[in-house]
Amino acid sequence: MRPIATTRSASGTPTGRLAVWWVIASEIVIFGGLLASYIMFRLSHPEWAEYASHTNTWIGAFNTFVLLTSSLSAVLAHQAAEAGNGKKAAKLLYWTMLGGITFAVVKGFEWNMEISHGFTISSNGFWSFYYTAAGLHALHVIAGVVIMGIVAQTAKQNLELHRVELIGIYWHFVDLVWIFLFPLLYIAK
Amino acid sequence: MSEHAHPNYFKIWAWLLVLLSISVAGPMLEIPVVTLITAFGIAIVKAYLVARNFMHLNVEKKYVVYLLTTMVVFMLLFFAGAAPDVMNQEGDQWYKPKVEAEAAATPHH
Amino acid sequence: MAEHAGEAAHGHDGHHEMSFWSKYVFSTDHKIIGMQYMFTGMAMALIGGFMAYVFRMQLAFPGEAVPGFGGVSPADYNSLITNHGTIMIFWVAMPVLIAGFGNFLIPLMIGCDDMVFPKINRLSYQIFLLSAIVLIVSFFVQGGGFGGAWTAYPPLSAKAEYSLTPLGSTLWLVAVALEFVAFLLGGINFVTTTMNSRAPGMKMYDIPMVIWMIVVASILFMASVGPLIAGAVMLFMDQNVGTGFFDPGKGGDPILWQHLFWFFGHPEVYVVLLPAMGIVADIMTVFSRKKLFAYRTVLYTVFGTGVLSFTVWAHHQFIAGVDPRMAHIFTITTLLISVPIAEMCFVYIATLYGGSIQLSTPMLWALAFLAEFLIGGVTGIFLGASGADVYFHDTYFVLAHFHYTFFPIAIIGVFAGITYWFPKMFGRHLSEFWGKVHFWGTIVAFNCIFIPLFMLGAAGQHRRIYNYNHFPDLATPELQRLRVIATSALLVMLAFQAVFLINFFYSLFKGKKAEKNPYNANTLEWTAASPPPHGNWAELPRVYRGPYEYSHPDRDTDYWPQNEPN
Ligand SMILES: [Cu+2]
Repeated sequence: MRPIATTRSASGTPTGRLAVWWVIASEIVIFGGLLASYIMFRLSHPEWAEYASHTNTWIGAFNTFVLLTSSLSAVLAHQAAEAGNGKKAAKLLYWTMLGGITFAVVKGFEWNMEISHGFTISSNGFWSFYYTAAGLHALHVIAGVVIMGIVAQTAKQNLELHRVELIGIYWHFVDLVWIFLFPLLYIAK
Repeated sequence: MSEHAHPNYFKIWAWLLVLLSISVAGPMLEIPVVTLITAFGIAIVKAYLVARNFMHLNVEKKYVVYLLTTMVVFMLLFFAGAAPDVMNQEGDQWYKPKVEAEAAATPHH
Repeated sequence: MAEHAGEAAHGHDGHHEMSFWSKYVFSTDHKIIGMQYMFTGMAMALIGGFMAYVFRMQLAFPGEAVPGFGGVSPADYNSLITNHGTIMIFWVAMPVLIAGFGNFLIPLMIGCDDMVFPKINRLSYQIFLLSAIVLIVSFFVQGGGFGGAWTAYPPLSAKAEYSLTPLGSTLWLVAVALEFVAFLLGGINFVTTTMNSRAPGMKMYDIPMVIWMIVVASILFMASVGPLIAGAVMLFMDQNVGTGFFDPGKGGDPILWQHLFWFFGHPEVYVVLLPAMGIVADIMTVFSRKKLFAYRTVLYTVFGTGVLSFTVWAHHQFIAGVDPRMAHIFTITTLLISVPIAEMCFVYIATLYGGSIQLSTPMLWALAFLAEFLIGGVTGIFLGASGADVYFHDTYFVLAHFHYTFFPIAIIGVFAGITYWFPKMFGRHLSEFWGKVHFWGTIVAFNCIFIPLFMLGAAGQHRRIYNYNHFPDLATPELQRLRVIATSALLVMLAFQAVFLINFFYSLFKGKKAEKNPYNANTLEWTAASPPPHGNWAELPRVYRGPYEYSHPDRDTDYWPQNEPN
């Protein structure tokens, strides 16, 4: 049985959404610390531009496209959930999950290719950051896909529809992080 | 759940893709300033579009925006405090034969 | 969302029988989870205290076998001091002050029946317990526990060939990272609960100070720990997959770790300080029957301190080769932050002024907190000034300074809280007499430990040294005598903790039964039964005024509970 605490909303923002904002706030500083470190190193090591020139901009751009599109389906799912259409919301969430999975698979191929060319995590500072930052982000993508699967299951039965919005906000945040990772790791050469 | 008019999400998505194309095309001009703007300037615009329309920060309570902004400001603060040390790679007493040899060996762009 | 009028407890009085496991081990009840944190923290405190005993014995009587431990090798010594610091901060101060009191008090003091995410709350404790187990396991793996100090500076922490603890250092790092995850989950729960689930009528300025402080502390933790989590990931990579984030030989920078660490490490001081200050505020108002002086000012001061605490971190790095111009800036911000903290101390003293002070055990602890923390704060000014810090850095002066801040926080503040809320937690009273014996034994002995260490530090004694006999100018009989005094005082202090433990466990089962509101206090937790049942109240309370209306001139009684209409 649910405690009454969970039904109150003194701040005016529903509890679930409020919690997601706090999650995102704490994620901002995690990625922020990592990226700030990367930028400091990058600016003070001109030779990293050479290392960075071996990343594949097209793969990065394709993955950006995939994530942006999955964000679209996530927000459409939220719209459907708000209209009370759980079936449609679930279907759109499945599309979003497909986007996440595509992203991860492409990332896997990309890394495989780079490692086979000898660019490993211990090659030099740039590649260390490349794999660490993108890896941390990829973990968030995978976690998002898993949670989205759970949310879609309940949404399909028209239950807990507010969760569709919550996982969507998280997914957009994962998208946002990638929006910054893309120029930092691929375009700046 | 907050009831609000939904913007045209397809239109925003289309804008995001246009911006993505520009950021990919930017470096092809091979002008560093242009690359900088098309890479990071556009990233900020894209982030703004996603945060505002997809995350619905435009209709969210203002304190949420302040909260998230504060976190970003803290990170800028961290950068400002740490960068003077971390970005300082030279010093009178510093002896780094390995790194210097490596830096000398790699061709610069 | 619609206001739930007349939130009567539907079903909370249902007497579903629960097994021991579902009631005490896998419970989602905030009170039980709070207890779990508190008891785990107390158990860890015993381990951390034992470590202090072993290495203090080594320092006072170098080379002699320590009773109960045996001979102390240099590697043992390093591991003991490292894990003593780590445990006392991350596995004692944090879980007891924030998670323990936070879980127990937040729903009770804001008038609701549980946290907003009870299952996440349970998960938070389980991750915390796992982290404690990982840390304890790390002492027994091959090579022993990590010995590179609680700050884990690379390259010592990054390379097994330097630290000689290949597994110990990684397990240490994993344990700390898990602990952070646990507190992030817990913190989000605390903040959202307080923001959303307050009793009807409880406005921002009606929230008791201790709740405010726990919430602000949780926010500070969330905002500062991110870079260190990133740093922990990077250090983990450096240890295990051959990256060189902190290795200058590979283009990395060990100073970066120090920034990532202290960007968290300094706000962390306030993360643990604020809950203790909140506990003290609540106790002082009750036992002086006075309204808290300048409630709003205290609150704004707390916010200001929180923001300012993000601008001072590099005062830990003055001699690490940081940019001297930055040292000026960090000196100024560091000296600035002593202003709001000093202000809070004055506000507390103003609260006492003219009150009818009752020197109960919790009140003694609260007063001692102010007095001892003041010494810690004042000695910090020497260290915040970069010029003086060049001399004092890494001496026992620093060590004594931060023990004069952390001991009041993690020990005095906790004892204040436990002795004050014990009747509410367990429905029985502690013995006042033995409580006072424990108080004086602890406080006097504490000062006898650390005043000699201040003197040793001023004399130039460096920290983290295994045997001072190897340093002729530090091996003089005068200095050695001070070391023996400190160690003897530690033995006395540890012995007095037995008084507390006996008092605690005896009273738990045999103490005098406590009524609902034994102190005539105003805050909501005292309107629930002692101990509160699952769900806390049969009918959830409504709030009509602030928490500190003591000795109101228009009232016959000298208190005015928050839930009384008039
Ligand atoms: Cu500090």
